[in-house]
Amino acid sequence: MINKSPFESMSLDDCLKYASKGSAIILYEDGIYAAMAGTAIESKMNTVASDYKVYVLKEDLMQRGIDKLISGVTEVDYAGFVDLVEEHKTCSW
Amino acid sequence: MNDEMAKLMVVFRTAPYGSIYSFEGLENVLIMGAYDQDVSVLFIDDGVFAIKKGMDNSGTGIKDFSPTFRALEAYDIEKIFIDRTSMESRGLTKDDLVIDAELIESDTVEKMMEEQKNFFMF
Repeated sequence: MINKSPFESMSLDDCLKYASKGSAIILYEDGIYAAMAGTAIESKMNTVASDYKVYVLKEDLMQRGIDKLISGVTEVDYAGFVDLVEEHKTCSW
Repeated sequence: MNDEMAKLMVVFRTAPYGSIYSFEGLENVLIMGAYDQDVSVLFIDDGVFAIKKGMDNSGTGIKDFSPTFRALEAYDIEKIFIDRTSMESRGLTKDDLVIDAELIESDTVEKMMEEQKNFFMF
């Protein structure tokens, strides 16, 4: 679970260092900027999206006006977020 | 009189909702504008996200304060700048933003920062 912008924090990179391939990564709050299409980290994120199951919280995308996402990420709402947390062991970075 | 006025710069460098900084920065600009200071405003790094169009708070209920940036002109704050590199590396263009501001290159940002008397970083 990542809630910091990838442009100002190493949270995402730190998470990727330790997460095993195929794990679920949830981007929420400022973490959602990682899933935005057209950024300088897009190609890196395309790889991340193919190696991991990447989820992004829809309400935080809307709040920040982000509507174009890289392919391979799944939008979830608050209820979906809760389901994911129930389903997995969680770790906040 | 104008020559003696200190040059002040409010710099937005964080994204708008993950912290209170951006909102506080906006209040700060409006207050300085109301007191007729020589204020300029600069958006760098994640600060450019604060002026992204299309924010919809119906999911989170957190107030969308981006429209208030449009009020800067009414406060006679006309020196508004955006670091081009910060904007482009975040996949944004001028068309994605709620205000019209001047795009500047990073070396101009550097020069501009040298000219200021005081900075307020948010």
